[in-house]
Amino acid sequence: MSVETYEAVQLSDPRIAPAIELIWREAHLLDRKEYREWDRLWAPGSRYVIPIDPDTEDFAAALNMVYDDDRMRRMRIERLTSGYSISATAAARTVRTLSRFVVQHRDDETVELSSAQVLVGYRREETFVLGADVTHRIRVDGAEPLIEEKVVRLINSTGAVNASGFLL
Amino acid sequence: MNTPTSIDPSGTDIAGLVHSDRVDVSLYTDPELFELEMDRIFNRTWVWVAHESEIPDAGDFKTAMVGRQPVIVTRDRRGGINVLLNRCRHRGASLCEVPRGNANGFTCPYHAWSYALDGKLRGIPYPDGYEEVLEKKDFPLHRLQVDSYAGMIFASFNHDVEPLAEFLGPAKQWIDLFMKQGAGYPIKVQGEHKFRFNGNWKIQLENTTDGYHFPIVHRSWMSSVDEETADMLSFMTDDKALTHSLGNGHSVMIMVPEHVDLDEDDGTEQLQERFRHIVEELSKEFEPAKVRRIVRSMHGAGFNLNLFPNVAMSMSFFRVLQPVSVTETEIRHLALGLDGAPEVVNRERLRIHEHFQGPFGFGTTDDSEAWDRVQRGAAAGPGLPIMVNRGLGREQDELKGRVSHATDETGMREAYTMWKAMMTDVR
Repeated sequence: MSVETYEAVQLSDPRIAPAIELIWREAHLLDRKEYREWDRLWAPGSRYVIPIDPDTEDFAAALNMVYDDDRMRRMRIERLTSGYSISATAAARTVRTLSRFVVQHRDDETVELSSAQVLVGYRREETFVLGADVTHRIRVDGAEPLIEEKVVRLINSTGAVNASGFLL
Repeated sequence: MNTPTSIDPSGTDIAGLVHSDRVDVSLYTDPELFELEMDRIFNRTWVWVAHESEIPDAGDFKTAMVGRQPVIVTRDRRGGINVLLNRCRHRGASLCEVPRGNANGFTCPYHAWSYALDGKLRGIPYPDGYEEVLEKKDFPLHRLQVDSYAGMIFASFNHDVEPLAEFLGPAKQWIDLFMKQGAGYPIKVQGEHKFRFNGNWKIQLENTTDGYHFPIVHRSWMSSVDEETADMLSFMTDDKALTHSLGNGHSVMIMVPEHVDLDEDDGTEQLQERFRHIVEELSKEFEPAKVRRIVRSMHGAGFNLNLFPNVAMSMSFFRVLQPVSVTETEIRHLALGLDGAPEVVNRERLRIHEHFQGPFGFGTTDDSEAWDRVQRGAAAGPGLPIMVNRGLGREQDELKGRVSHATDETGMREAYTMWKAMMTDVR
């Protein structure tokens, strides 16, 4: 039996602080629905996943809510910004907070951070909350940190998740 | 026709709410009508609960709903399928709160009454208190009528319900055609998206054979797919794209006429370029004819089959609707795969499903917004009807029903004819 150890975030670590800044910048852009700017935060060959199965790591073999490579993510952005999607036009306003950072992995190339995301949305007289465990794998060996993989595990992923005109 | 049998308990003339070209908006908004629908439709007719691939082995189970009542669908040790009310016969606690799994039976968490997979009451702790009070044989879980066709499992609270084969009628041949997308493999459920929208269940029922909305609501999806896929679904002016009424509320809308019977292939269709990697992979193992057969089926059958009241077999997935309240409906979209086929095929089918379906899909999100808007708009103008008259002027009678263009509202008229018949039948 393996024993997992989790490392508390040390903001003084020169690899960690820029990664957290990137995650917060991403949250800000998603709340403002600045999707084209958001696209620039991703490393080439990256993966964006919102799984249904709470336990799987083999996302390709399972049905997901989102399973985007670079091409699919860009089509998603095109759709959300084209003006042709009635759900995107009527999307909820959102505010989200990511915190409770834990270092899952760190080396000279990548940092993997898990966090809790609490998103509050408002649309047509209705306020709602979505909670998720989020994992970001971030490349830190370039000129600026970039997202290599993001997995958003909604705590209600196996229940009814209502259709959404925004992104997590 | 206004007859005494069509009056509901509050005095509404139900038959008068449905005409050949329009329905009253109260069908979306009236809570009393909703209660009657649960009683006269969902508690009386066949309601889809599962596909056999979801419970293939002895002990497999899934939970489902028949109307608003929770049930457990089980495969027992003899291979039989049982649909049991998810409610202990003692004090009513639910027996199972997980969506699916495998078990020897079900034990109530409250006082540990235990039941077999077929619903028989097997054990009662400290039974001395029940001596001369209760016989276990008299307290099995409540069983519903069960029948299946081509792996589609239906249940009914009505023990006098007509045989399933009769209820499905001409829809059976369309179910057979639908299953041909397996290309020689059995169809299996690969996963599901589940979401709710703030609208009446019939808004979704209508949508499955509403070809008219497709290029409008799904414009952003159409512009995101490859040209070949977009062309395949450009049926607005295709005179072979038809909707047939099939009786008993069922209907079928043909969107890709050349994919109605996937066994028929004149060889002229070019396989889509997007599937080149699948062709290459399959060609290592299979003859060209088999590769072609599998790849032509990647998008599923060329039609949406709508089965009244709660399930649709839509191209490559099942859509299941569950009424929650007069203004709320839960939808499941079950992704289908080919049981035993190479993994590359089933993974591609998952990706196609994710692209359109689900809470972040490019299609479902816009459908859901349109349905929400119907319910919100229905609050205005209580005297203004919902129009379902598109194509009435060009609709033709045929031997088994009526036929018109795929963008016409023939399927909706069929569903509302059945709705009216069931809602005014006060047996």
